[in-house]
Amino acid sequence: MSVTPGLGGLGASEWIAQEVGGAPEPVRRRRRGRPRLWRVTIFALAAIFFIGPLLAAFKYSLLERSGSYGFANYGQIISNPAVRTSLLKSLEIAGAASIIVIVLMLPTVVWVRLRQPKLTPTLELVTLLPIVIPPVVMAAGLEELQLNAPQWMVSLVFNHPLTALTPFYVVLAMPFCYRAIDTGVRAIDLHTLVDASRNLGASWFRTLLHVVLPNVQTAVLGAMFLTVALCLGEVVIASLMLYNTFPVELVALNLNSQLGVSVAMSMITLAFTFLLLFTLSFLAQRRHGRTTARAL
Amino acid sequence: MPFAGYMVVFLGIPLYVVIHGALTTDSNQLTLENFKLTFSYPSFRLGFENSVILSLWTSLAGAVFGIWLAAAVVTARPGGALHRITQSASGVFAYFAGVPLAFAFLAALGQIGVATVLLKHIGIDLYAHGFNISSMLGVGLCYVYFQVPLMIILITPALQGLRPEWQEAALGLGASKLSYLRHVAVPVLLPSVVGATLILFGNAFSAYATALALVGVTLDIIPAQIDNAINGNVLVNADRLGLALGVEMIFVILLVMVGYYLVQRRARRWLR
Repeated sequence: MSVTPGLGGLGASEWIAQEVGGAPEPVRRRRRGRPRLWRVTIFALAAIFFIGPLLAAFKYSLLERSGSYGFANYGQIISNPAVRTSLLKSLEIAGAASIIVIVLMLPTVVWVRLRQPKLTPTLELVTLLPIVIPPVVMAAGLEELQLNAPQWMVSLVFNHPLTALTPFYVVLAMPFCYRAIDTGVRAIDLHTLVDASRNLGASWFRTLLHVVLPNVQTAVLGAMFLTVALCLGEVVIASLMLYNTFPVELVALNLNSQLGVSVAMSMITLAFTFLLLFTLSFLAQRRHGRTTARAL
Repeated sequence: MPFAGYMVVFLGIPLYVVIHGALTTDSNQLTLENFKLTFSYPSFRLGFENSVILSLWTSLAGAVFGIWLAAAVVTARPGGALHRITQSASGVFAYFAGVPLAFAFLAALGQIGVATVLLKHIGIDLYAHGFNISSMLGVGLCYVYFQVPLMIILITPALQGLRPEWQEAALGLGASKLSYLRHVAVPVLLPSVVGATLILFGNAFSAYATALALVGVTLDIIPAQIDNAINGNVLVNADRLGLALGVEMIFVILLVMVGYYLVQRRARRWLR
């Protein structure tokens, strides 16, 4: 779904498990001899439908106002102050949200796993709740809240996009981040690690920071990457509440008949997001190999 | 637990505001009038119809092509580059690509888009034939672009759960490939496929980012109408109508989720 996890996040668990936990053991399959017609057909269709628009968009983004080709549209990320400030704003939000998500989620998951395993289904359910509320409805609620909010709340929360959007992006990121962190925590021997650390006199805080965190770093990194991707893409809430974040700015540029710039920025966003997730799957793979070796 | 407190404040309060606003009048009296009004305006009925039709066809198209593509990828060499790229790319397109996607399609199939111009050169004039990227069809095409990857993500685990032994057993017992598909593979996969398609439906129903970037508030689908009601203020009492529409959307999504859990229970019988 679009940038806000939406209902699709309901099925995201397996995908995230693979992204942060590494691929599952390969299943033995009969080798296919020659390429089959049905496979060739779908790969050809997919290539046209999925790669076609991207190539077209890339070509379009290179077209300059003068009619010649060049990278002027991409240069706007530096030279256009509106684009630059909105991108910085979005990055700030992304950074803050990804830290808050970890600070909230990691201790909760560890605590539930160690002390209250019975609460696991409840935790799962609660983290899925944001999915039930379409982003546009969440935005409508916030907008209504903003209109009727007392003055102190307006000046404290709603006056700046960083304070107004970050808390809610954290909520939106919850379904993804819970899955990611839970996958990581499940993969380690949490009981032994925590017991050892506590017996040696470490405080809970120290245990979390120096014992648990290094052991689940891929999962934590995964959760942060997913949150960053979400914050850089979320447009519905920001646009309805009239905050000028990066994606909102892209929409505005298009309405200003600067489609070329919007397309160029879109290509950068897509490439960046893909790189985030692709790097993550490599980290997971490497980590996967190492943890098994270490556990033996 | 700080986590519970956080969720109550930042998820509970907006949700409460929506439900409370939808159920009250400006003078804070309880009423169902807002809901009644959303059903009586023809424009809202049109929006609801459009939303359902859009979600239906994009989820079906996404399901068909998604399964097909997922099957082709799953039967390729496991752990290879194809798997990895498909996995990451599916994630990007299914979850994080709303706005960029809309602009890629505008650049390709817009009035002066690259593909439009190219097709015109070889004699196919899309826009003369009534196609428009801002129409329901154009938006739907764009939706399919994120529905197919979502289907791949949702259905791949089920496809991987089909054991090669089942096929070997069936073929060994004299079944043809076709009867293996008909009597083993399809019945085992069916609940997962139905469940995934339901999710695709709900996904399209609640999606707005792509449509917002592509067309804006003038598109007659429910999310755009909520946007319009909240920020446009064309109708009297518009924001409460917007909130009532919001509650109705949540209700539809809840129905979809209940359906999903029912079929998911059946899906677990054979897979895993």
